[in-house]
Amino acid sequence: MKHAAIHSGSGRALKKYASFGQSVRNSLTMAYRGLLKLKRTPEQLFDVTIQPIIFTLMFTYIFGGAISGNVLDYLPVIIPGILVQTVITSSVVTGVQLREDMDKGVFDRFKSLPIARIAPLAGALLADTIRYTIATVLTFTMGYIMGYRPEGGLEHVALAALLVIACSWAISWIFAFFGVIARTASSVQGISMLILFPLTFVSNAFVPVETMPNWLNWFASINPVSHLVNAVRELANTGTIGADFAISLIGAAVIVAIFAPLTVKAYMRKT
Amino acid sequence: MTDKWNGQWAIEADGLVKAFGDKRAVDGVNLQVRAGTIYGVLGPNGAGKTTTIRMLATLLRPDAGTVRVFGHDAAKEPHVVRQLIGVTGQYASVDESLSAIENLLIFSRLLGLGRAEARRKASELLEEFGLMEAAKRPLKNFSGGMRRRLDLAASLIAQPPLIFLDEPTTGLDPRTRTQMWETIRRLVKTGSTVLLTTQYLDEADQLADRIAVIDHGRVVAEGTVDELKASVGMSSLHLRVQNPLQSEKARQIIERVLKVEASLSAEAGKFTAPMADADRVADLLIAIREEGIRLAELSVQKPTLDEVFLATTGHGVAANAQQSSEQTNESNESKVSKEAIG
Repeated sequence: MKHAAIHSGSGRALKKYASFGQSVRNSLTMAYRGLLKLKRTPEQLFDVTIQPIIFTLMFTYIFGGAISGNVLDYLPVIIPGILVQTVITSSVVTGVQLREDMDKGVFDRFKSLPIARIAPLAGALLADTIRYTIATVLTFTMGYIMGYRPEGGLEHVALAALLVIACSWAISWIFAFFGVIARTASSVQGISMLILFPLTFVSNAFVPVETMPNWLNWFASINPVSHLVNAVRELANTGTIGADFAISLIGAAVIVAIFAPLTVKAYMRKT
Repeated sequence: MTDKWNGQWAIEADGLVKAFGDKRAVDGVNLQVRAGTIYGVLGPNGAGKTTTIRMLATLLRPDAGTVRVFGHDAAKEPHVVRQLIGVTGQYASVDESLSAIENLLIFSRLLGLGRAEARRKASELLEEFGLMEAAKRPLKNFSGGMRRRLDLAASLIAQPPLIFLDEPTTGLDPRTRTQMWETIRRLVKTGSTVLLTTQYLDEADQLADRIAVIDHGRVVAEGTVDELKASVGMSSLHLRVQNPLQSEKARQIIERVLKVEASLSAEAGKFTAPMADADRVADLLIAIREEGIRLAELSVQKPTLDEVFLATTGHGVAANAQQSSEQTNESNESKVSKEAIG
């Protein structure tokens, strides 16, 4: 009965829902917040700077001779593999940090503001693409230093990098979901690693799958990580966009379609 | 704004219930807050104050009951309600890793302000809350009082007509507390409605137009400060004679004239007697003078909220206050108006 008085009287146009445009703007503001936080606490970038350097060096020299006969021949195999593994691993941090962040008082304010519910989540995930970019650039750079010369050329390497970043962003929704439903940050880390290890190692990332026993071979060839690694190899090494490229993108879209609504729903239930 | 919303309910909460496991933290709370007023929710630690405020502010879904904010149902139209409220939590709801100005900028942008407008608003609020010098420092180095002020500033960006303050002065030193009180009073003058929770009787006494006393998740008393005080009974008369040797004689006179029992306090020559009829006091004073007794002090004390609390909850606040060890507050001996007569 007095609603009308509020609408007209106070000069406040009250909206019932956040529009799509507002959701995008809110998410971008939240991403800006994520970047500011990275600027203030650069030690958060430790994993994405140190890991690509150490792992690329380590795996290349450990497996290089055994798998491809020499290091130089192994580089086209390992660099796309280690790239995917590193970037996906760093997407776990998204979930862990989201959990830590949500325990802070500021999330109460976000919840009490008339903003899109998805914004605090989407913003955090968006800001983390900067982490994936750093890891990607460093891995390719390490490869280059060790003698990797991708034959696909720079533009295909860049496209491969974008593909990995996009897919990792999609995968980070899975870990964001754990981040929202888990009770502590360390349990997020625990669950995520449990999923991540089989997923990244039982794949073609480091070794040819032909040497694996049949059942493992079967899993490795349907593993989405294998498809992503293949897509990156095709792009970087031969400059071709194959079926794996499409499969990777479709897979990423499916993950987002499932986990983004699930995560937002869980997040709203927590409030 | 006050005129526009005059007489309107800012909050109508009906039968709010929230249980955590077996514990019913809030067990059937009803509240009605008129627009343009300060409403105090008073209760000890763990009484359900924060849970109540979180349900009113759309942060927590009630198990049962309804909340309406300016007529809008909080469960059905949370987005609308959020446009009408500002929330300042018990633990500062600001971003620790950012600076004060960055916090305000981000909240302003989230609330739909343009870049330039957000910048202007942020510095305006920093100025108003005396945080200009510390604007660019990270919050880690902020004192509790500065954090609270920033928190409140953040709640005021959109100039919401209803502001929730959950224990706004807990843990603040007395000077900062007084500043916070002034800020809250100023808010209401500009037309806002404030609902605040507190465990301090004098805070409720100082600020609130109406008070709900809450204990074990229920409202055990509700009314204006004066109504609540009146509900516990009459004022009391305090007397002190100059010569303690005349104490016994004075006591007899009090009992004869006022026809009540006077109690001698620990302090030498000091009496307290219930004062049912103020008119009798004149007779008493004349009788005392005729007996040649000289008075050192005379005062009338209204009932304190402390007594309201004791009467309505069956236990004092002091017992509960001890549980919250980190809180430094000397306010429990509420300084309620002592009016000297004659």
